[in-house]
Amino acid sequence: MKTNVRNTAGKIVPVARGVFLPDDAPSHWSLSGHLTHLAKGLLSLLKGMGLTVGYFVDPGRIITRQYPENRETLTMFPRFRGRLALVMDDATGLPLCTACGMCEKACPNGTISVLTTRDNADRKVLGRYIYRLSQCTLCNLCVESCAFGAIRMAQDFELSCYDRNDLHLVLYGKEE
Amino acid sequence: MEPLIDTSRYPVTNAIGDFIRASMPGPMAELTNIVLAVVSLLAVVGLTPVALIWMERKVAAHFQARLGPMRVGYHGLLQPLADGIKLIFKEVMKPEGADTFVFFLAPILSATASFMVLTVVPFDHHLQVTDVGGGVLYVIAVAGLGIMGVLLAGWSSNNKYSLLGAMRSGAQMISYEISLALLMLLIVLLSGTASLREIVFSQAGTVLDWWIFKFPLFGFVTFVLFLISSTAELNRAPFDMAEAESELTGGFSTEYSGISFAMFFLAEFVNMFVAAALTTTFFLGGFLAPQFGLAPLDRMLDAIPGFIWFFLKSYSVIFIYMWFRWTFPRPRVDQLMNLEWKILVPANFFLLLIAGFFVVMGWL
Repeated sequence: MKTNVRNTAGKIVPVARGVFLPDDAPSHWSLSGHLTHLAKGLLSLLKGMGLTVGYFVDPGRIITRQYPENRETLTMFPRFRGRLALVMDDATGLPLCTACGMCEKACPNGTISVLTTRDNADRKVLGRYIYRLSQCTLCNLCVESCAFGAIRMAQDFELSCYDRNDLHLVLYGKEE
Repeated sequence: MEPLIDTSRYPVTNAIGDFIRASMPGPMAELTNIVLAVVSLLAVVGLTPVALIWMERKVAAHFQARLGPMRVGYHGLLQPLADGIKLIFKEVMKPEGADTFVFFLAPILSATASFMVLTVVPFDHHLQVTDVGGGVLYVIAVAGLGIMGVLLAGWSSNNKYSLLGAMRSGAQMISYEISLALLMLLIVLLSGTASLREIVFSQAGTVLDWWIFKFPLFGFVTFVLFLISSTAELNRAPFDMAEAESELTGGFSTEYSGISFAMFFLAEFVNMFVAAALTTTFFLGGFLAPQFGLAPLDRMLDAIPGFIWFFLKSYSVIFIYMWFRWTFPRPRVDQLMNLEWKILVPANFFLLLIAGFFVVMGWL
């Protein structure tokens, strides 16, 4: 116990006959503190067991989805990032896109090409919106860069196809 | 000690053995019965891991809010078969410089040790290969062989990490064997016999006569301590420092592949069943049907054969082991040793003292 005494402020507290602990000793060094420590530990273990058995007995909390079987009813969570899609204006049916090209600049892979055209009033409008899915990493940078909320990540994820050319998507405007 | 119950209700021989004894000359019948007993134990050893692999995967999944295997067979029932076939067809490899004989002996030793304990386990009053007078002593001695398997595997792999892993699990298993032996000693003290069959009979009566309840309050503490020490003895999570698959490589079994790895795997699951079977025998009345002191209900429960009760109880204990595994975090090695030497061993001596006091006072 000598080393303990040397490390303290100097005050020595007798805990039992012949046993001395420094007054800044951790509480579980004394017998009662040790037992309290033990009881608290056991209680927390029981708490943990209660938590896990809650998951075990409640099938409603299972989060696994049986994918090909539940294809009809499957809904992805809102933040899921599928392929890119244009947001349309409900009133006119035209895209919200102003053809500013910020998404094209934001894309690190050169996935997007925004081609402009002129309308009847000679204003610059969106002509064709090309999205190359084969190069897209679904990183969401284009959506973040858009000042008009004109593009979004859609929910569909079944995107595989047999021909690479099918991954060259024209989201708006005529096909070439 | 006078017999506590009418043991004539529980004959030692069963119909198959009687039939063979009646239809064959003496020594021949003896031999046939031995072979039959060994084969039936092999069936237990072979089928237990199959059931437990499936159970482990499903229980683990549901504790983690998953579904587990669902595709191979109904709710993944054929998954253990697929796992087993995969393991059997994998190449058996031996690292360069490994001690060939010991390297391949180790997994066999591990699997044999767990198999040998089963010979004294009373599955039912007439389903026990042999009832050794010092059955508990035999269990402790033979279970020690499993540690040999682990140590030899680590040593013969010619891999320093295997050796370190083996040393760790060896230290752990030897330490926890002490508290396990002390707890078995306590049950021997309470029941006044070291034969596993007699220990079961010492718990005859209602559910309250099982040692978990009969030894008031302390019985439950003993049961919990036994569960803890046997979990550590099994090298099972949360005490799986030797393996710790999320942190280390496989410990002593790093260099094993294919069927020799499958042997360790099998030994692990059979050991789990053995530990659960011993817990059942010592604390939960073994093959005796639970009786509640209500005559009609008791007769109904008693009509169900003993081995069904035995397996039901054992698998409930196994479920608790799995519950532990998927709930608790892994302690550090020093915390593990602290738990054994600073908490479990003193607690076991204290319980032993109390039990001795109870026995001397004749309160049990």
